[in-house]
Amino acid sequence: MTAFANAAKLQERPATRPVVSCRGVAKVFSNGTLALQNVDLDIKHHQFVSLLGPSGCGKSTLLRLIAGLGEPSAGEIDWPADREGDAHALSFVFQEPTLMPWATAIKNVMLPLKIARMSADEARGRAADALRLVGLSAFENSYPRELSGGMKMRVSIARALVTRPQVLLMDEPFAALDEITRFKLNNDLLRLWQDSNFTVVFVTHSVFESVFLSERIVVMAARPGRIIEDIEVAAPYPRDNDYRTSPLYNEHCRSASAALESAMAHHAHHG
Amino acid sequence: MTTPLAQVAEQDGTAPVFLREKTILGLPASAWPKILMPLAVGLLSLGAWEMVVRINQIPPYILPGPILIATTMWLDWGTLSGSLWITLSISLAALAVAVVAGVALAILFAQSKWVELSFFPYAVILQVTPVVAIAPLIIIWVDNVQLSLLICAWIVAFFPILSNTTLGLNSADHNLLNLFQLYRASRFQTLLYLRLPAATPYFLAGLKISGGLSLIGAVVAEFVAGTGGSASGLAYRILESGYQLRIPRMFAALFMISISGIVIFLCLSFLSHLVLRRWHESALKREN
Repeated sequence: MTAFANAAKLQERPATRPVVSCRGVAKVFSNGTLALQNVDLDIKHHQFVSLLGPSGCGKSTLLRLIAGLGEPSAGEIDWPADREGDAHALSFVFQEPTLMPWATAIKNVMLPLKIARMSADEARGRAADALRLVGLSAFENSYPRELSGGMKMRVSIARALVTRPQVLLMDEPFAALDEITRFKLNNDLLRLWQDSNFTVVFVTHSVFESVFLSERIVVMAARPGRIIEDIEVAAPYPRDNDYRTSPLYNEHCRSASAALESAMAHHAHHG
Repeated sequence: MTTPLAQVAEQDGTAPVFLREKTILGLPASAWPKILMPLAVGLLSLGAWEMVVRINQIPPYILPGPILIATTMWLDWGTLSGSLWITLSISLAALAVAVVAGVALAILFAQSKWVELSFFPYAVILQVTPVVAIAPLIIIWVDNVQLSLLICAWIVAFFPILSNTTLGLNSADHNLLNLFQLYRASRFQTLLYLRLPAATPYFLAGLKISGGLSLIGAVVAEFVAGTGGSASGLAYRILESGYQLRIPRMFAALFMISISGIVIFLCLSFLSHLVLRRWHESALKREN
């Protein structure tokens, strides 16, 4: 049986095989809170998936479990591409830029490579490339406190991309930024994603952000945290500011909002 | 000295602009009031003191005036400078040992909660026991007087460094710790790249406190050792001058202790500024 399954797996093309696969995942916190219940989720290669839901729905918890920051209480999270052999298969972007204040932008970006014991010259070159991708070449030697909020977040994204990850996990990365900066970073993130072949799992509580960015929106409800809807956003890329004002965008926003409202209603009934 | 306040737009490829502050005689213009104001207060106080002594004709063996103290310091410089050197070298050696031992122990504590829980209370006991009370014992136990003084000064100076560095090592940003975990950093890498840099401001704050305390510890221990010992630091000069009723010299020695304390504090503050100026909030100048 197992041998057969393995053989079947080998025959699958990488593009159709899920990168991350959650089966019956549950998480109970030590205080007894049921944060996640029976979560099934397959994420395909180079997909842009948003986890959308009200606060307390366990979307960040799920993301952290996928990252391996904590073990699920039940169920399993599979990395068919075998993450074990490669510490850099995934990267994480936190809500705060989470930079080391004592290090310059380029030193911050070099950190994951330094931990992997890459030579300083090679690491510096790759970090400089990553900073160029996010448009911060001129700020290599600036300290975090000399940068604006949006620029710090760009450094954080550069640090996540410097390891050339398969999967980029983002936990409400732009929630603390002003709208103009957020739109700009949304556009740049989409451009980066289209130009490379990593998968993005993006946690957000903004309907508009999830509809703008993602191909697929997984809507979650709270208490207990669970998936209640899986929406496809059928709109072509590249998406730009024209898409933000198009009827198609509005339509998707409406259906995502409806799903989110029903998620809140679920919550109200249970609560 | 430049204040690197990057005046930047949220724009790709814009080079950062650094504001250069105006300098007077090599120091930033804003630093001068910080130096001149306390200096003015000091000079005025000394002037008032001299006036009071002269007007009331207070005899020098009760209260010498600052001018007489300064003259005494000049005339007795040969003896006093030797004593100053002895006291300072004991203080600085004690501070150095306190830094090494404090940081090493803090790193050990950071490795395991159990080690910290088991040993930290004893560090507290060492701290709260008055050094005057244990100094006689240490002086009896240790043959070498210099060494016993150094141990006393170390006991006083050691705790702020241990306590602050321990706090600092445990204060690394939680998300950054997660990030290190995610990239599978070793314990040593996490210590070197994250915990130690995060602890630096805490350590430096502790160092500033310990700098003064090591001097106090050295002086207190010398007092306890008293005239019986072969030591001849500034505290010994104060005792000696007291017995001989050479009160101006006693004041001169007292002044030298205070000035040494101030110089140690200023040096450590400057060191702290040098290390933290590029990144830490405490060294950051706000425009609003």
